[in-house]
Amino acid sequence: MATAESVLKPDFAAKRKHFIFNHEHEALRESIRNFALKELAPHAAEWEETTFPNWVFTRMGELGFLGLDKPEEYGGQGGDYFSAMVLAEEIANANCGGLAMGVAVQTDMAMPPILAFGTEEQKQEWAVPAIKGEKILCLGITEPDAGSDVAGIKTRAVRDGDEFVINGSKTYITNGHRADVIVLVSKTDPDAGYDGFTLFLVPMDAPGVIREKKLQKLGMHASDTALLAFQDVRVPASAMLGQEGRGFYHIMWELQGERMIGAAGCVSGAQKCFDHTLQYAKEREAFGKAIGHFQVIRHKFAEMATKIEAARQLVYMTAWRFANGEYPVREISMAKLYSARIACEVADECIQIHGGAGYMREYNVERVWRDMRLNRIGAGTDEIMLEVIGRSYGL
Amino acid sequence: MSPLTPPFNEEHEELRSSARGFIERELTPHAAQWEEDEWFPNEVFTKMAAQGLLGLKYPEEHGGQGGDYLHEAVLIEELTRIGSGGTAAGIGAHVNIATPPIWKFGSDEHKRNYLRAAIRGEKIGALAITEPGAGSDVAALRTRATPVDGGWVLNGEKTYITNGVRADFMVTAVKTTEEGGHHGISFLIVERGEGVKSSALHKLGWRASDTATIAFEDVFVPSENLLGAEHEGFKLIMANFQWERLAMALGAVGAMRVAWERTAEYARERNAFGKPLSGHQAIRHKLADMATSVYTCQCVTYDALRRFVNGEEPLKEVSMAKLLTQRASFELMDECLQIHGGAGYMREYWVERAARDARLGPIGGGSDEIMREILGRVLAL
Repeated sequence: MATAESVLKPDFAAKRKHFIFNHEHEALRESIRNFALKELAPHAAEWEETTFPNWVFTRMGELGFLGLDKPEEYGGQGGDYFSAMVLAEEIANANCGGLAMGVAVQTDMAMPPILAFGTEEQKQEWAVPAIKGEKILCLGITEPDAGSDVAGIKTRAVRDGDEFVINGSKTYITNGHRADVIVLVSKTDPDAGYDGFTLFLVPMDAPGVIREKKLQKLGMHASDTALLAFQDVRVPASAMLGQEGRGFYHIMWELQGERMIGAAGCVSGAQKCFDHTLQYAKEREAFGKAIGHFQVIRHKFAEMATKIEAARQLVYMTAWRFANGEYPVREISMAKLYSARIACEVADECIQIHGGAGYMREYNVERVWRDMRLNRIGAGTDEIMLEVIGRSYGL
Repeated sequence: MSPLTPPFNEEHEELRSSARGFIERELTPHAAQWEEDEWFPNEVFTKMAAQGLLGLKYPEEHGGQGGDYLHEAVLIEELTRIGSGGTAAGIGAHVNIATPPIWKFGSDEHKRNYLRAAIRGEKIGALAITEPGAGSDVAALRTRATPVDGGWVLNGEKTYITNGVRADFMVTAVKTTEEGGHHGISFLIVERGEGVKSSALHKLGWRASDTATIAFEDVFVPSENLLGAEHEGFKLIMANFQWERLAMALGAVGAMRVAWERTAEYARERNAFGKPLSGHQAIRHKLADMATSVYTCQCVTYDALRRFVNGEEPLKEVSMAKLLTQRASFELMDECLQIHGGAGYMREYWVERAARDARLGPIGGGSDEIMREILGRVLAL
């Protein structure tokens, strides 16, 4: 077909930076990508069976990747927010969704509240070694009876002199088995509604912390996911993170960063799956030509590329606002919602293009499909995102 | 949306508010009538010109405002507030597809005779490429210009030409060789006159626009009306495609924004089962989904726009923006219609018109299928 476009040929392959990134970010991107491809990806299949080993944290700590946007005084790299985005994007090259999630819990879910609300002692005790990869963090929000409805949390912390006594249970806790400490959301005043929550830093080796079981999941097999019980766990009052009664607000703040990082991970995960499938479609032949050259398949790729690009622009623009000091809850929710959805759609379409091969473990697409499915549930379901967006307009 | 969203700055936002004021005062109140008439009056052009709105991106030496594509982008978004896709299309065809080739490829005389007059709203322009037998497949066009003493004689037929009835001049693609094709097409500026016969077409939407079939029967065009190099008309087509598609994406973003705002307002006011529509979760989530779509389209389009203005030739980004926004806009209008219920189906409300208007998006300016072909090529498929 002779469309006008076949006449002029701009340089399609030219890589064009987005304006939020500078040359340092690009160099960082390169180095994280190389690390993920050389040191992580070769083990990805094995880790799907065994979960990824703890040395991943120490190695990443050594390379400075666990504190990219964290202050230098605590051992971080002192970079900007966009450097955290770069990590979220490039870690997808490990081909291991569970690993990316375990790392994100460390760097972008559990650590930010410690740095934002913690005392100097708490930062020294937990954030500094966590940035080095020597201590592993997890975050305890969800309970068997309280997921999206955070207000329904029942884990109780009761003051007893200079201590608090904690009872309750937490579930779906990423890093829950390997973690040294949990940022725990508890209820300190059951009658105070949203003002009755308090965060605690609870060492996972404290008496009464019980790692009940490793949960079996649809995907994200490389990550360890725990059901935890807390039975008369005693922590000193100094283990309180942030202000008493402000836990709900602290955690709502944390969720925004988590959603951004999750959205960035969805975009790069979808891109990676797309690239891999594109390669396949150029090589695999059917009816005498590469399947990618059939119009129907070509158009599938065009659609997927468009969705991924849309999600990327949504994430980048929202990150730009976030980094400029805005607190764009609405746009973050939109970015999270859209990215998670398209990542699932892209993974599904990639399976379809692979045909029978896509259904087989060997080709890795089915893993992406399983891993990606979590993103429409974790860190706030699609439905919660829609609720947040709707309410942001006063609807 | 935040008032200062890159790539726009404060100056652009000032233009936005003054353009919006003018449009809502002078144009919007007449939209329903113009749609009914299947025609908007030519004074719209002179009124726009008096505000300086027909030459935002053109240099002052040609009578323009000396602005850039970003100023034009602001106008395109705001034109959607007329609430008449057809009126916006008529203005858009004049400003964004008919005059840019004259600005870029025209001689000084062309600019004096046509561009300057167009910026003043004294002459109305149209771009005439599509033919009954050649739409997306531009290389197949058949309108023939036969060389004669002092110029050409033109025979053939163009169709789906916006401003095709009212246009004083038509920037027209013609075959200047027997074979035509990529190196056999030229552009001529054809003035309305003997042998030029327009007939208006009736359409699903964009009704206020005088879309026409134009027949050329032995029309003499003087040699000085050749625009750009002879036989190299393809370059001229190509040169403006990206801007045309970007303009469509911007139009969709603007239209989606307006439609969303109006529908959200309706949902807040309209009561059902004892509370506002927006108090029902299904409707609230629908609106949240729609808002996400608007913002997504905005992000993609603004990125492509920024790259375009930076001179990056963002073929990929523009094609993606065009593909995504046109369908998203149609889908959004359909949801707006749904939320309005029975009222949405009535002429009295703006929604059914918006839905009809939006349906053109996935067809005009390169269909969705053509966008996917281009993107497939970008991916080397």
